[in-house]
Amino acid sequence: MSLKVIKEIKFGILSPDAIRKMSVVKIVTADTYDDEGYPIEKGLVDPRLGVIDPGLKCRTCGMRFGECPGHFGHIELARPVIHMGYAKEIYKVLKGVCHNCYRVLLDNDEIKKYSKRLKEAKVRDVEKQKVLKIIAKQSARRRRYTKNNICPHCGAELPRIRFEKPTTYMENTEKLSPSDIRARLEKISNEDAELLGFDPEVARPEWLILTALPVAPVTVRPSITLESGARSEDDMTHKLVDIIRINQRLRENIDAGAPQLIVEDLWELLQYHVTTYFDNEVSGVPPARHRSGRVLKTLAQRLKGKEGRFRNNLSGKRVDFSARTVISPDPNVSINEVGVPTPVAMELTIPERVTYKTRDELRNLVLRGPSQHPGANYIIRPDGRRKRIPANDEELRKTLAEELDVGYVVERHLRNGDVVLFNRQPSLHRLSIMAHEVRVMPYRTFRLNLCVCPPYNADFDGDEMNLHVPQTEEAQAEALILMRVQEQIISPRYGEPVIGGVQDYVSGAYILTRDGTEFTKREVEEMLCMAGLDVDIPQDKNLWTGKEIFSLLLPPDLNVEYKNKICRRCTTCREKDCPYDGYVVIKDGKLLKGAIDGMAYKARSECKLLDKLVKDYGTDTGRKFLDSITRLILWVLGMKGITVDMNDVELDQDAKDRIEEVLLDGENKVDRLIDAYHNGELEPLPGQSLEETLEKKIMQVLAAARDRAGQIAEEYLGMERFSVIMAKTGAKGNMLDLTQMAACLGQMSVRGERLHRGYNNRSLSHFKENELSARARGFVRSSYNKGLSPTEFFFHSMGGREGLVDTAVRTAQSGYMQRRLMNAMQDLKVEYDRTVRDNTGLVIQFMYGEDGVDPARSDYGKAVDIDWIIHKHMEAV
Amino acid sequence: MKKIDPTHHELVPEHVVLEEEEVEDLLQIYNITRDKLPLIKAADPVVKAIGARPGQVVKIIRRGSPAGEAVTYRLIIK
Repeated sequence: MSLKVIKEIKFGILSPDAIRKMSVVKIVTADTYDDEGYPIEKGLVDPRLGVIDPGLKCRTCGMRFGECPGHFGHIELARPVIHMGYAKEIYKVLKGVCHNCYRVLLDNDEIKKYSKRLKEAKVRDVEKQKVLKIIAKQSARRRRYTKNNICPHCGAELPRIRFEKPTTYMENTEKLSPSDIRARLEKISNEDAELLGFDPEVARPEWLILTALPVAPVTVRPSITLESGARSEDDMTHKLVDIIRINQRLRENIDAGAPQLIVEDLWELLQYHVTTYFDNEVSGVPPARHRSGRVLKTLAQRLKGKEGRFRNNLSGKRVDFSARTVISPDPNVSINEVGVPTPVAMELTIPERVTYKTRDELRNLVLRGPSQHPGANYIIRPDGRRKRIPANDEELRKTLAEELDVGYVVERHLRNGDVVLFNRQPSLHRLSIMAHEVRVMPYRTFRLNLCVCPPYNADFDGDEMNLHVPQTEEAQAEALILMRVQEQIISPRYGEPVIGGVQDYVSGAYILTRDGTEFTKREVEEMLCMAGLDVDIPQDKNLWTGKEIFSLLLPPDLNVEYKNKICRRCTTCREKDCPYDGYVVIKDGKLLKGAIDGMAYKARSECKLLDKLVKDYGTDTGRKFLDSITRLILWVLGMKGITVDMNDVELDQDAKDRIEEVLLDGENKVDRLIDAYHNGELEPLPGQSLEETLEKKIMQVLAAARDRAGQIAEEYLGMERFSVIMAKTGAKGNMLDLTQMAACLGQMSVRGERLHRGYNNRSLSHFKENELSARARGFVRSSYNKGLSPTEFFFHSMGGREGLVDTAVRTAQSGYMQRRLMNAMQDLKVEYDRTVRDNTGLVIQFMYGEDGVDPARSDYGKAVDIDWIIHKHMEAV
Repeated sequence: MKKIDPTHHELVPEHVVLEEEEVEDLLQIYNITRDKLPLIKAADPVVKAIGARPGQVVKIIRRGSPAGEAVTYRLIIK
């Protein structure tokens, strides 16, 4: 078979003839079913429109329920009505055409000029759109002249035309009926129609007006039978019933020669029903309601919005072999694993082929049946027939198990080691879906290792995650090789680890490896046992340091040196002789100096240690390291304990006095600045007004005061406080947070300015108007520990509110930007020659990222780490 | 108004018009046809400044990219 390529798609308007041609039945009665419950012929559920009852055959195509796609019918409208979707186009045409001679309102020269330009422009060209726009403007222009507003062809005076939403058109003061409009549109010549943007082959102007209405097949508006046996019709059917009823009454009245007024009223009503049939949310039209008062869901409502056909059913679908539940943490599962609750494992299955090798095992699973965990739910015979394994019939299970032979397929329960995809929304990342190995566990939550929280951005305050089971061996292999968690430790965004230690694992590592931590041999044995570390330890060693224990997790030939997070940035670094544990030396896999902290293996940061392990020793080593260190540290924390309390931010009187002094000094400086300003002694900074200068200087003084207060507090906040350990090691929080708790909050701000709005010329009624002092403009001198005064608390809330609003706006904006970028770039691909091309083969970049580097295989975005290579090389020599 | 030569501006990368043989080589290296090249308008100020014609291909050499020097080719269109 030869492939054919679609060259173009042409869209047109359904003509009344086309509607009649595709119709299989002309609907005349508004009734649906007769007393026996059979569909009425020529009714809204005529059997020719398709089948919705299982067992019946379609009268048109002979196919059964589920096979027959349904067929259109039609209604002959007694009088034409406006199609609300085309109302605007109709208005445009009416404006551009003479009511007398039906020519376009352009003189012959203009017509010549524009039709030439139109012919030159290609189909769908931007240029064509431009020309059409000009024509529409030029032709409608004449109508607005006060003088000389005449048709260039017949000289008739042009009346003003007004469009009243949604479906009424007024000529001067007279209403144009759809019939009048249609008559006018009919007489527009094909040449003129082209100038107005129509392709008369597929879209004649008069087709914008409905004379025949297509009736959707019953398959798209199925009726449902309630338990009581009563039938309930679809909203669309209800709407069609309305249309037919009014249509009939209108026809009867016209035939009977009823007065014009009555006919017009009915016509108007028909227009309403047809309009709401298409869209029940048109502005200016009261929505049609069900008898119960519920607003009907008509055509447009089915397609529109989040719950509409496009976003709900076409862009996103529901899938089988998936599960969703709450997640909870478990440091004892590997980062590669996911804990799956037994009930879930018994519902999700994997089809496994029976071979000579697997036969006995699978027979056993069939025998166990669907209600015991390692069991099976279905067998599939070689002819493709599926047979459910019964839960309560052991005899039948036995026969099924014996029947099992090569060529059969068994749908067995999920069990340990199976590969599954694990996902958390929003899936902004490729790391939002990763492949895990199953570990079946009791209870009802998915369990995951804490190190994989950062890529999923997961926490355990009620988060739920999804799990998908790949059904074929190919899919499982592909998932395992490409999507496995350990392969994703290094982020494809910036080439640094996204999977690694979090929170307590970081502070715990410090507590383990800092100078002075010691363990007895018994404790070490217990610890290693708990961590599941299978290592031989010397029996003659009775006292172990934390550094020695940590070294057990490192490869024996690892050599790294770096400054860690708690490094104090001394002016002259003493490196190996650092007295503060700030310089890490690992030689031949032994941690000799320095403490392990955030710099070593914290997720989403520059990890000197984890990074090297993964890049130099492979992902397996990296995974093992993370698995064992998380368990080890859990035990260390259990032994040593870690806790935070109010005393962590309590300063002694001496410190408090010094801080008080600094703040007072700052406030005095501010007062002096204000005085200088009032006395006209303040010199404005270049390009700024006097007021701006003052504000800037005050902000500087107060920021300096706060910083100084923070510094004083830091002097007194030593490493014996756990919250300081957390901040300094990078586990959680930073020193600024701590100084805010201990010393002073500092200046609150909104839009980068000191607080000044709220009341007339002041922030709060507690202050004088136009007061410029520090405390009147949102300087909070208290600490969280001391507590805020009422005014300070209010200022703090003002600043806090801005933060909340900013985050909300930021997420919305960046989310939209990301959506746009994804849509624009989704099918760009890096080819084997490292060019980036789109799906048509168009070159986007001649070298991927200009340097051809895959960031996931890079060193922090760079192709290679030269220094490290030289370092390793020198070592080898 | 004074006419400015955009090619001398520090932010404007170097543009070179390719000879016909060079274009053929380029197309062969990447195994593409002309219509798969990225485009640039003939009305582009730099294209006008170097006097290139529609149908020709310009080589654009941008220094200071992460790769040091990034080269791209663009087909000039009307």
